[in-house]
Amino acid sequence: MTLADLNLVWPELILAGGALALLLIGAFRKSAGPVFDVLAMLVLAAAAVAAACGDQGRAFAGGLVVDNLSAFAKVAIYAASAVAIPLGGSWLRKRGDDKFEFPVLIVLAALGMGMMASAGDLISLYVGIELHSLALYVLAAFRRDDAKSSEAGLKYFVLGALSSGLLLYGASLIYGFAGSTRFEDIAAAVQGHAGNGILFGLVFLICGLAFKVSAAPFHMWTPDVYEGAPTPVVGFFAAAPKLAAMVLLARVLSEGFGGAVEQWRQVIVVLALISVFVGAFAGLNQRNLKRLWAYSSIANIGYALVGLAAGGEAGVQSMLLFMVLYMVDVTGFFACLCALQRDGKPMETIDDMAGLFKERPGLALAMTAFALSALGLPPFSGFFAKFFVFKAAIAAGGYMPAVAAVALVGSVVAAFYYLRLIKAMWFDPAPGAVEKPPLTANAIAIIAALFSFPVVLVALVWLEPLALRAAAAFG
Amino acid sequence: MTGMLSLITFLPMAGVAAILAMRFLGQPGARTDTAGKWIALATTLATFALSVKLVLDFNPANTGFQFLEELPWFAGLSYRMGVDGISVLFVLLTAFLLPLCIVASWKSIEKRVLEYLIAFLILETLVIGVFCALDLVLFYLFFEAGLVPMFLIIGIWGGKNRVYAAFKFFLYTLLGSVLMLAAILAMIGISGTSSIPELMTYKFDAGLQTWLWLAFFASFAVKMPMWPVHTWLPDAHVEAPTAGSVILAGILLKMGGYGFLRFSLPMFPQASEMFAPLVFGLSAIAVVYTSLVAFRQTDIKKLIAYSSVAHMGFVTMGIFSGNAQGEQGAIFQMVSHGVISGALFLCVGVVYDRMHTREIAFYGGLTQRMPWYAAVFMLFTMGNVGLPGTSGFVGEILTLTGTYGASTWTALIATSGVILSAVYALTLYRRVMFGEMTNPALANITDLDWREVMIFLPLIGATLYLGVQPDVVLNITGPSVDALVGAWRAAIAG
Repeated sequence: MTLADLNLVWPELILAGGALALLLIGAFRKSAGPVFDVLAMLVLAAAAVAAACGDQGRAFAGGLVVDNLSAFAKVAIYAASAVAIPLGGSWLRKRGDDKFEFPVLIVLAALGMGMMASAGDLISLYVGIELHSLALYVLAAFRRDDAKSSEAGLKYFVLGALSSGLLLYGASLIYGFAGSTRFEDIAAAVQGHAGNGILFGLVFLICGLAFKVSAAPFHMWTPDVYEGAPTPVVGFFAAAPKLAAMVLLARVLSEGFGGAVEQWRQVIVVLALISVFVGAFAGLNQRNLKRLWAYSSIANIGYALVGLAAGGEAGVQSMLLFMVLYMVDVTGFFACLCALQRDGKPMETIDDMAGLFKERPGLALAMTAFALSALGLPPFSGFFAKFFVFKAAIAAGGYMPAVAAVALVGSVVAAFYYLRLIKAMWFDPAPGAVEKPPLTANAIAIIAALFSFPVVLVALVWLEPLALRAAAAFG
Repeated sequence: MTGMLSLITFLPMAGVAAILAMRFLGQPGARTDTAGKWIALATTLATFALSVKLVLDFNPANTGFQFLEELPWFAGLSYRMGVDGISVLFVLLTAFLLPLCIVASWKSIEKRVLEYLIAFLILETLVIGVFCALDLVLFYLFFEAGLVPMFLIIGIWGGKNRVYAAFKFFLYTLLGSVLMLAAILAMIGISGTSSIPELMTYKFDAGLQTWLWLAFFASFAVKMPMWPVHTWLPDAHVEAPTAGSVILAGILLKMGGYGFLRFSLPMFPQASEMFAPLVFGLSAIAVVYTSLVAFRQTDIKKLIAYSSVAHMGFVTMGIFSGNAQGEQGAIFQMVSHGVISGALFLCVGVVYDRMHTREIAFYGGLTQRMPWYAAVFMLFTMGNVGLPGTSGFVGEILTLTGTYGASTWTALIATSGVILSAVYALTLYRRVMFGEMTNPALANITDLDWREVMIFLPLIGATLYLGVQPDVVLNITGPSVDALVGAWRAAIAG
């Protein structure tokens, strides 16, 4: 390790140092507050700036890769984490859970996710995953007095541990057959011919990561955890960690196993199609919006995986754009759920949303935008997300155009439940008055909705080349 | 004038902004609602005036696209607008029908008036955008986004079974459209451009054309709608409010026919020729079958909805006939049907507003109390039947002549549709208008008021004028259609 190495990991240093400092401050002050939240957000902002402007290269003998891809992913991850802090902080304070650990855990999770985006080695991959997972387990169970929250945390932990086991098993197989944990060396071992042992390991590795992105058939934990965990935490879960895990998957597959595209493409395509259809059909019966959006996120990960399976620069670019656009939508949607209360109870089912347009036109419009965006209807951002993914898939040739067509048909099935939500908000009479929404959640929801339409029409003009540059990092 | 098309397309959005501003600044209530209606009417009339100017400035002799606008976007896409002889009249038709819709809803819509007006204005922007867009993705954007306002119009202001109808409308159309999206992405991937004028001259591989044609067909056949994927239309029409039906029959259905003319024929000529018999078969079935179905309806609106499907059968036949008469006739029939079917739905709205039922059996003997209404309804019934002197005749005779040149049998079978349409339309007229007035509920029904007269006058004028002077339409579409047919023939031969 040299000083040059440290120069490359400024974001990580800032986050780690910031998290520890925040922890100390919190321990002395005993309680958090808006100022504490702002401090945590400043730490994330500083890390984002460092990630965007810092030097690029390989640190720690290839253990951490700092390139355009990691910079792109890190900025997005840190931004999504920074949004989660005020959203969750105000929500928890309103419910008397004013604990300073919340922002600290988010910062630690962001640190882990950043490492995942930079991992160039199976060891740093695992360290990143565990660092962010442990923070997430605690966040899921953050409302200790709430049985459902504790259940969610426990479930997440047990299943997460299982997936880590699968992943480690796969990693050890790969190490055994490739003789190294570094992606570069693995790529050299795979070049030309990938042996059965190494492919076996790869499949286990993909399974472990599929757990993290909640791709079917490894999605079982998602609806339960989403339902039980505190709403703003779910908004965080559904956004940044998914992006981090997808970037990690892209890096492992493209850098480590770039020579075995045909082999892993089949696995990813199967995962993608199962996810799209499980997400579409299982969502049809859900009345609870948090569970519904869990299935929606499963389906959406399926689309992102279609992009990844397309391979190459265009594939990775489409996946990145898809995930970034999806992150804004999903954060905004859960901000809406955080904002809505009737008679002191959170509104969490489709029936609760009846007549929302009359009660809260702004939030109802925002939720309509998120629903239509998730449906993939133009001109909302979700359409452009799907546009890039399917364009990459169709351009990839082979059986990928057929995969894209099948996945598109799956999106029509899912349209039904998004329409049901819109129907409740617009067509049905309201059962009672909705409480005045808190300012923070309301603002986040409205801003995200405005991004979804119409800001996205302009934002894509610079997001698209940015994502392309990030995807070109593998070239 | 550059920016003309964008101005026409997005002018209704200025009305939306004005209504929103008023809603947030003013007090909700009847006065705000009335002000909103005036704003909406003024906006749609201004849009109509601009589109009249557009048609007057349009040079029919130029077969290319005119009033071009281009602004680069991302990933090789562009904001690209332009019209040719095929699309310019649809812009005019849309702008013509929208003010009538606003006036027709003046009294019949009582709840959530401002939202209703906003939905219509947004719909106008999106529909005009469809006809002006010259970029595949931009076209798809307008085409698909139109589903949402229509979904809300049916679902919020519709009849008893409106939720079912709204879902059916949305999901049917969406399924067709996603297949078209796949085809659009493939076309962009292969040709490397999303510009419609460039794609019209691009030669796709013949085998690929088959798939692309089928994908586009899935979308446009549902939109049109063609037999057997027409079943969403009667439901949607019956549940939609009157103005919603007018838009649906008058304009939204035409997006399907326009799509065939703009995409299927010029971009996939070989596939179009290969599948023409399929289209002929489906069209002939549509004409005969849906006419018979229409005859058995007990709901006035449903009857007219089925008759729309039958008339659209003529359009699809004409489009794929591959000769100038057929295509000209198809475009004319679409314009004429937009006027006549819109008028017929407005006629139904007149009695529905008074009696709140559309059961044919409920009515009878209306001539005694509503002579003016009976006369207006008679005119549009005759237009629907295709009586010479009305615009309906010109469209039918041209499409049938054109089809006769391509497929004699289809033309023969479809001609029976002319008789069948007379059967169901005159039966409807007899049962509603003639005979004794036996239902006591009708005793106090009133004739047309001046507002309704104002709605019908332009429609009557258009029906008769186009009937005796069809050249005003045909001269505009002629050169573009000739160019289209010429290019198609050349592509098949070469």
